[in-house]
Amino acid sequence: MGLLSDPSRRKVLTGLLTRLNTPICIVCYLAGIVWFMGLAFEPFTLRTYMSENAMGSTMVEERFSSGERALSLAKEFDAHKRKAGGMPVEWLVKAMQSRGLEVFTQSFSRKLPFPDENKERYMVRGTNVYGILRAPRAPRTEALVITAPCSPGNTNNQAVALLLALAQYFRNQIYWAKDIIFLVNEHDLIGTQAWLEGYHHTNITGMEYSPLQGRAGSIQAALSLELSSDVITSLDLVLEGLNGQLPNLDLANLFYAFCQKLGVLCTIQGKLQRNDWDTAEGYTHAAQTMMLMVLKQACGRSWGDHGLFLRYHIEAASVRGINSFRHYKTDATTIGRLLEGMVRKLNNLLERLHQSYFFYLLPSLSRFVSIGYYMPAFGLLAVILLLRVSFPGLCHCFSVSLQPSSPGVLTVLTPVVISHLTGVALYLLPVHLQEMAVEHFPVSETEAVVLTAIAIYTAGLALPHNTQRLLSGEGTEQGWKVLKLTALLYLAVLLGCTALINFSLGFILAVTLVPITASITPHMPKALYALVMVLLSPAFTILYCVFIYQELIEAPVSVSEGWMLFLSVISQGILDHALYGSLVYPLLALFIYPCWLMFWNILFWN
Amino acid sequence: CEIKQLSDCLIRLLLDRRDGTRTSEALTPAAAARDEFQEELVIRPLHSGDIYASFQFRTLWDTDFLQEGQKVSHYRLFPKSLGQVLSKFSVRELHISFTQGFWRTMQWGQPFIPSPPGAELWVWFHDTVSDVDGNWKELTNVLSGIFCASLNFIDLTNTVQPSASFKPLGLGNATDHRFLRYATLPREIVCTENLTPWKKLLPCGSKAGLAVLLKSEKLFHSSFHSQAVHIRPVCQDEQCTSKAWELRQTLNVVFDLYTAGQGKKEWSLFKMFSRTLTEACPLATSSKVYVDITDNPELFELSPATPLLSQAVVLGDRRTYSVFDLTRAETFGQLRSLNLLLRWKGDGEMLRPLLHAERYVAGFGLQTGEIHTVIYNNHPYRAFPVLLMDSVPWYLQLYIHTLTVTSKSRDNKPSYIHYQPAKDRHRPHLLEMLIQLPPHSMTEVTVQFERALLKWTEYTPDPNHGFYVGSSVVSALVPSMVAMNTNFTQDQPLFSSFVPVKEESSYFVRVYTEPLLVNLPTPDFSMPYNVICLTCTVVAVGYGSFYNLLTRTFQVDEPSLPLAKRLANLIRRIRGVPLLT
Repeated sequence: MGLLSDPSRRKVLTGLLTRLNTPICIVCYLAGIVWFMGLAFEPFTLRTYMSENAMGSTMVEERFSSGERALSLAKEFDAHKRKAGGMPVEWLVKAMQSRGLEVFTQSFSRKLPFPDENKERYMVRGTNVYGILRAPRAPRTEALVITAPCSPGNTNNQAVALLLALAQYFRNQIYWAKDIIFLVNEHDLIGTQAWLEGYHHTNITGMEYSPLQGRAGSIQAALSLELSSDVITSLDLVLEGLNGQLPNLDLANLFYAFCQKLGVLCTIQGKLQRNDWDTAEGYTHAAQTMMLMVLKQACGRSWGDHGLFLRYHIEAASVRGINSFRHYKTDATTIGRLLEGMVRKLNNLLERLHQSYFFYLLPSLSRFVSIGYYMPAFGLLAVILLLRVSFPGLCHCFSVSLQPSSPGVLTVLTPVVISHLTGVALYLLPVHLQEMAVEHFPVSETEAVVLTAIAIYTAGLALPHNTQRLLSGEGTEQGWKVLKLTALLYLAVLLGCTALINFSLGFILAVTLVPITASITPHMPKALYALVMVLLSPAFTILYCVFIYQELIEAPVSVSEGWMLFLSVISQGILDHALYGSLVYPLLALFIYPCWLMFWNILFWN
Repeated sequence: CEIKQLSDCLIRLLLDRRDGTRTSEALTPAAAARDEFQEELVIRPLHSGDIYASFQFRTLWDTDFLQEGQKVSHYRLFPKSLGQVLSKFSVRELHISFTQGFWRTMQWGQPFIPSPPGAELWVWFHDTVSDVDGNWKELTNVLSGIFCASLNFIDLTNTVQPSASFKPLGLGNATDHRFLRYATLPREIVCTENLTPWKKLLPCGSKAGLAVLLKSEKLFHSSFHSQAVHIRPVCQDEQCTSKAWELRQTLNVVFDLYTAGQGKKEWSLFKMFSRTLTEACPLATSSKVYVDITDNPELFELSPATPLLSQAVVLGDRRTYSVFDLTRAETFGQLRSLNLLLRWKGDGEMLRPLLHAERYVAGFGLQTGEIHTVIYNNHPYRAFPVLLMDSVPWYLQLYIHTLTVTSKSRDNKPSYIHYQPAKDRHRPHLLEMLIQLPPHSMTEVTVQFERALLKWTEYTPDPNHGFYVGSSVVSALVPSMVAMNTNFTQDQPLFSSFVPVKEESSYFVRVYTEPLLVNLPTPDFSMPYNVICLTCTVVAVGYGSFYNLLTRTFQVDEPSLPLAKRLANLIRRIRGVPLLT
């Protein structure tokens, strides 16, 4: 600080910053990217460890042995499911009752804002069945949840059956200190959402449901099971939840510890762990795993039934059985034991899981990057925006524009307001105009919504700079500088807030938005820079993410398939917002896109 | 320790002798022999397949020590430790219970003696007591020593004075609730260390009589365990010329079909308690085992069979009991031990209790929430009033204007509301309401609250576990099943059944809801050192220098001239020419 209190040295410093502004920005950008990519390099990451005392040192012996019975139960369940043409509610109620649980049902219905073409549903009606195992010693104050979705077709029969087998085994034990809720939900996430809203007696998404009859106090943790075959080769752990929320890292540690103990192959993002971190392949593998997590987290949707629990401060994860025709097989008994061990350790918890990290990235199951390590990568990108604010003339013109005689503030106000109105249109119109669109064009409702969104997005490009010229005539040199200053600060705040809540989303947006927004002026070749700006706009970012994601899960797609996926991603994003309250769509439509439009405005200032 | 006991004994002997000489007329052997001890065990097979065993030990003490000038120090059957406590703190009535687990009303019906999870203590003091709060404080500390429980955590922040819910059960017509104190500790964990002192209060200890069955390894291998002590004044004779003291020790336990019964609906005394009965307590005037056989023989069979039957209206329902009198030798048969065996034959259908209540916290997040209390009246055609009592700790700040009571989706106006707002760190909220429950309905009481941010020393050592809110209490006079069945003429003469008898038409029930576990906003206590270091650094380096920068004005110093120039200037000044710079 002595540096700053000395005026002459301060002058030198500011001189240096203004003179070397562009090189410093470029260095910061590159350093940010390199830092981020370096996070996947094993020597830079930390080894995961169990922080929670209650789960670490206590010995648990697994004795679950009725895996075979679970598999025959799966066949029975399948038969009843076929007969009922959906969820066999009565059979499930009887099955749970005969195992000594208190059984309750909840019916729910939900009309989607527009038909979901991926899952082919519009009017959804269903029933959740759940049984509560009352802990012998506890007065219904704490609970654990095990859920298995009842999916259409052949999938997930084994999960429901294993759930019932576990219920039967657990019921005969005396050591439970927390009630255990066994939930079989219909219509995957919608059912879970209805149950959670019913349990907490809230209504945030406009779901219609019957009130719950039985409760078991505050839920401490939840596990979601997805098994579709009798034997599996590996278990995949899914952590990413709604709005990029993650469960406490101890839950992942617990899963990893039991996989190690029982010798089960475990994966994250479907990728096995490799030990050769010092080779190029080893590093690429870790980087791919981390990139997948970043992409999944950034899209803000719930990647399994567990994702919706996180909003209610319930630590939850999905365990997904994968049968990939490897030689190494694991039977249902072992999976049952794994779950038994996990539930018993969660049962030992004296407090909510809080010891370990809530903000992390996982390059593999045994390595993690904590918030302290990954935040600098974002910080290096965000600092560019602040450096550009001190760009020669920008600072100066702001103080000038505040003088009453200058028209600066007013000229800025018009584009800001218009950009945001476009954003509001992008947020509201697609869903509300679908009927009109269907009447006039030969498209389905879903297509109508997505295409309206794209149309408004494109129309927004033409709108603001024209109106600006219409309203206040020729733009002045000072005007665009004030606008740029405002837009830069606005973007810095937006990205900063986003990165705090959902690092991945903030980082991806920063990577694409920062370079162009930092360098934009009206004096550039318009056509070329317009093309670059469009190619780095939020919509194209989504498109790139779709392609990168497909590449990373080793299912590359052609351009036309990618385009179709892009359209479905948009419709899913809007649906996620309406059904579960995901915030990515409103964030992009109401804030990021208008902010980008402000920069677009600068390019076409004159 | 032994020396202390010895000296205690000596003192007691001395005191006895002194009192004996002074009040020798009053304490004739005949008067002392009026003390009485009864023991009783009721076994009720439940429809869920579980089994409910309820012990009651009743000691009657024929002395009124609260009378002026009467000092009693002779104890025969009544435990001295309790007697001294009663007289020292001028206690009129004392009820204390320790419970592990939660009574499942929906599956098990009503218990004989209800109790909330954790510890509950309510005491009526004599109206001569001037400093009730002081007495209460001392009493809880003494009791916590007697029962090895953390009753010393009862203080003014969790004590309330209910105005209507807890009336004296014994003699006397006290209505001034200034002399009543009520507190619960929902977090209290009950285990063997509470059972042992409780057993020591019995005249026979656990040496003989029914108490031999009370083995902790079995009692705590159950899904419900509750032990209680109730002391109250009762009449000595029919004319009620003088008072006597009654001590009732109760122990209720429910054995689980799956965990204790290996899934077989077959119970015996040995399977439940790993003991059989061989004798009655020699000090007991009556010692009986009752088995509820109302559903016999359709549902289960009982062996050995007994010709003794007894009928009673219990909790509004006419029940038949097989009675085994332990004071008679033939009860034990040739093996000289009694091992009752109950074997279920079919599945009973679930009972639907007429009154039942539950409670939960709605909402999410750490700022606000809503407490929902749901009360069910399952009576098909009769409405009845209930008294709801809620005691909520101060750190949940209730918004009492959001209080709503709805039945059948219509507003239900309570006819009586007693609300005492909380004072931060001094006393809890107390809410009592008299609500009319329409027939066959669900009544929901909701009130919103905000979670307070505690001072950092006020958090418990495990702050992330959450904070407990005690059970709410629903007290009611419930119309009985017997009165409900107006067509019931089988066992009764017609003239007796047209107008329902008053005593049988309704019965008193107290239902406790589950306690709540509420999370409060909690700082991260795991890293105070890091946080202190970081904040100190930020304040010292960052804030300090920025403040410096922003508040100071800077001026450029004239650089001092070299020596040669200064000398030249000196000469120039003398000469009167302009100076060099």
